[in-house]
Amino acid sequence: MKKLLMTAAAAALALAATAMNASAADKLKVGFIYLGPVGDLGWTYMHEVARQALVKELGDKIETTYLENVNEGPDSERSIVQLARTGHQLIFTTSFGYMDPTVKVAKQFPKVKFEHATGYKRAENLGTYSGRFYEGRYIQGVIAAKMSKTGTLGYIGSFPIPEVISGINATMLGAQSVNPNIKVKIIWVNTWFDPGKEADAAKALADQGADVLMQHTDSPAAMQVAQQRGIYAFGQDSDMIKFGPKSQLTAIVNNWGPYYIKQTKAVLAGTWKSEDTWDGLKEKMVVMAPYTNMPDDVKALAQKTEAGIIDGSIVPFKCPVLGQDGKPIECKGGTHLDAGQILGMNFYVKGVDEKFPSK
Amino acid sequence: MPLVLEKRAERSAFIAIASPLLAIALTLLTMSILLLALGKNPLAALYVYFVEPLTDPYTLMEIAVKASPIVMIAIGLSLCYLANVWNIGAEGQFLMGAVTGSYLAVVTNGSDVGHWLVIVMLILGAIGGALWALIPAICRVRFGANEILTSLMLVYVADLIMDYLVRGPWRDPKGLNFPTTAAFDPSATVPVILDGGRLHAGVIITLAVVVIAAVLLGRTIKGFEIRVVGAAPRAARFAGFKSDRLVIFTFLISGALAGLAGIIEVAGPVGVLQPGISPGYGFTAIIVAFLGRLNPLGILIAGLFLALTFIGGEGAQISMKIPLDLTKVFQGVLLFYVLACDSLILYRIRLIGSQQKTA
Repeated sequence: MKKLLMTAAAAALALAATAMNASAADKLKVGFIYLGPVGDLGWTYMHEVARQALVKELGDKIETTYLENVNEGPDSERSIVQLARTGHQLIFTTSFGYMDPTVKVAKQFPKVKFEHATGYKRAENLGTYSGRFYEGRYIQGVIAAKMSKTGTLGYIGSFPIPEVISGINATMLGAQSVNPNIKVKIIWVNTWFDPGKEADAAKALADQGADVLMQHTDSPAAMQVAQQRGIYAFGQDSDMIKFGPKSQLTAIVNNWGPYYIKQTKAVLAGTWKSEDTWDGLKEKMVVMAPYTNMPDDVKALAQKTEAGIIDGSIVPFKCPVLGQDGKPIECKGGTHLDAGQILGMNFYVKGVDEKFPSK
Repeated sequence: MPLVLEKRAERSAFIAIASPLLAIALTLLTMSILLLALGKNPLAALYVYFVEPLTDPYTLMEIAVKASPIVMIAIGLSLCYLANVWNIGAEGQFLMGAVTGSYLAVVTNGSDVGHWLVIVMLILGAIGGALWALIPAICRVRFGANEILTSLMLVYVADLIMDYLVRGPWRDPKGLNFPTTAAFDPSATVPVILDGGRLHAGVIITLAVVVIAAVLLGRTIKGFEIRVVGAAPRAARFAGFKSDRLVIFTFLISGALAGLAGIIEVAGPVGVLQPGISPGYGFTAIIVAFLGRLNPLGILIAGLFLALTFIGGEGAQISMKIPLDLTKVFQGVLLFYVLACDSLILYRIRLIGSQQKTA
């Protein structure tokens, strides 16, 4: 009986394997692992938009699959393996928390190419990619300082990781270039996606006198609160203008599409290499939504700032960068902080009055 | 022609057996209609959901890995529920088990101390879960506090304690501020028992727990006591069984099992302590306990079946592009039909109109 079962299992496996090979020979299978639901209208949504752009561009040569709502705990490793086992040759894992599982699975499937978003561990068949979102934050800081009447900005943070900290600092540096006395209030919600918590934080910030809200979480909840309260806000990840037609000043739009198309073409051509990609406004991985709900002079300043960042005349983390205690931070990049200092940022700049979380 | 539910004179033995089958049949029917509405072939989809995961050693192992913590928690809960003790907070006991067990992994990190470590961790995890469960037990026995509320609320306390630890004192110093401990050493890891997958020793412990629970309930005085106190508290008192002591006993056992499941999950498939280690296992286990009719073998089957729908749902996302939401609808529909059909064991449906005519 046992032998019979084993034979049956082997036969089924062989059958599945031939089926896989047949389809793999036809089209390149590209897989995506998403953290949230595709309808979060933020982080995951923008990866989904990029996947659709990829299908539009290369639809006759590739087939795509996504797994959504994959938690960063025990399930993610299995989900990645499932994609690799079903003949996917290029797999994008689109959240930081998938880093170790992706590294593990990449070791098991050396022929499959992996691309991990926002992580720092690479291998022969595992590349990483992320956007220089802090560039957009700097522009938002400039606009916010111009638009705020109370001089207080409200910031909804997800987790105090370097990515979020560098966003807060870039915002403050941009804002201070307009108003050196600008204040920021920060609320940590300890989640990437929880519209209820995000809305509560937005209300609390508004109650404390913040009249420009910004967020490093993934839903449009803060934008909706701003719209109700008649204050300003910035969209995050995607253009959220329809949630705040009178409130959105601009939004940082994550534009992964061109990168996904480029990397998929590289796999198709056999030229894919494991790399660390970190692109910003210049390469259009980060894009600003139209500047709205602001007077023309503010709009002009925002556009000037954006052009400056693109041509390199404005550098958000230009030395000297002062720490909370007013002392300059070591300047490892010559004239500005180097990539490692930004990617591992664990301090607030001068002017942020909050206590640095868990230090 | 209104329908009424009429109490049967005695339990219908036939329906008790037929009810789960009827529930599954109705679920399959409902699912087929939904799949047709989505334009998918229902037969192919149901094959992917229920049969395909069983044809492949890898997915079979993953079903066991997924079901293991849920079954272990559900076994403990079934003892509580049989004794009319309502422990709703297994999720919190799971987390506290994970936390207390992880303590040793965190303090010994980097110094490979030997494989006895993981055994001590498992014991600590069970103790942690049991002590956490003791709080609502004592509150009920001493103060008459409703254990449904106290045990549930302690879930959030446990969650916040873990949150504090992984963001503060236990945070991986090299982890760039991410809320996670350092990866556990091999000596602090539950070993994998078969190559090429994640099947770990914890699965064997779960099977042992199922057997022990079956013996305890079926063949010991304690098992008899649990059932008598639950079914007929007055009779139990005359028989000299102390219900207070049983409250403590069942809470301790279920807490210990939930805690053990927690530390096995963390030291096994996850490998670090971090938020999101449980996708709601403690709550899913409540469903599994009832799906399995509070019977150890039934719970094992129900747990494996639920795990099958998770893995099958993932397969359906990959091979047929069926959205994850449909898998969730499907799990909800199944539970609904099981409960609805179960009411037929004690009740029968009658048409009032037709009865009046005959009268």
